[in-house]
Amino acid sequence: MYSVLTRGNGILTYTLSVLACLTFLCFLSTLTVDYRTAAQMNTVKVVVKNIADYGVSREKNDLGYLTFDLKTDLSSLFNWNVKQLFLYLTAEYITPANELNQVVLWDKIILRGENAILDFKNMNIKYYFWDDGNGLKGHNNVTLTLSWNIIPNAGLLPNIGAIGQHSFKFPTDYTQTRV
Amino acid sequence: MLDSLFDDVKRMNKRQFIYQVLSFGMIVSSALMIWKGLMVVTGSESPIVVVLSGSMEPAFHRGDLLFLTNYPEEPVRVGEIVVFKVEGRDIPIVHRVLKLHEKNNGTVKFLTKGDNNSVDDRGLYAQGQLWLTKKDVVGRARGFLPYVGMVTIYMNEYPKFKFAVLACLAVYVLVHRE
Repeated sequence: MYSVLTRGNGILTYTLSVLACLTFLCFLSTLTVDYRTAAQMNTVKVVVKNIADYGVSREKNDLGYLTFDLKTDLSSLFNWNVKQLFLYLTAEYITPANELNQVVLWDKIILRGENAILDFKNMNIKYYFWDDGNGLKGHNNVTLTLSWNIIPNAGLLPNIGAIGQHSFKFPTDYTQTRV
Repeated sequence: MLDSLFDDVKRMNKRQFIYQVLSFGMIVSSALMIWKGLMVVTGSESPIVVVLSGSMEPAFHRGDLLFLTNYPEEPVRVGEIVVFKVEGRDIPIVHRVLKLHEKNNGTVKFLTKGDNNSVDDRGLYAQGQLWLTKKDVVGRARGFLPYVGMVTIYMNEYPKFKFAVLACLAVYVLVHRE
């Protein structure tokens, strides 16, 4: 009646159902958590150049460059169902060519247990700020926002924007020097 | 063990055997119905995908399961994890949107990058392709379940294992009596 196979089968089934049940409870327990928090950011140096991105085409496009300050405390976002935060700093703006442009300038991965209190001064952007055309020179309303994508142990993958943003202007002249 | 299994078959009459075959058919068709139903509900041609590479580590590892939706009215935005197909590649890629430009007429073009890759995905796209558009997207990642997809990875890597599992299940369902 109770052979090795039936016992093994029983143990396996029971283990799997307990694990599935626990995982589901873990997901349920953090379903209604509010993952918003405040962040302060500021731009320090902002320049714009007009050069060709040879990886894309020979046409000259606007290339923005900036350094920024960022101050935020994200330690309150972590709970037992947050494995990792993916932070990203987005520049959002409107040009005559496009009604919406979004460019990620910088990102950072914070695993649970790592330092989540950030205070950066004069940070360089991580990715090139290419515009799709020549819309950056003299642009007077580029919005900088910080957002995070929450990676759980098991569950939903929400993208949440920080409370607080920063708007800045690009200079009206191209920079000729290297930056 | 095996003798007792086949004893069951021997004791079955014709009707009982047909009943077993039918119930086996029910299991297969209901699995198919659930998959097709999920396709309708999520709007994605492949509502559940298994992560096959480490390009999104440490968020997603090989064998993790992602649940996708692909509602046309929900716009793609930067920072979202999209699953997309590239011409000439059989396997869809799971990466994050890095840049996005949306024209006044609603056409969107965007560039993706894997969290664990140091460069963007232009090298992965088809020859001469610089941007992805909506038609390349299979779905947007909405839910995450770790490890479960490992089973399908083993099945694809060791076809013998797959056939063994399928054969065992089929024999069990056909032979086992309620």
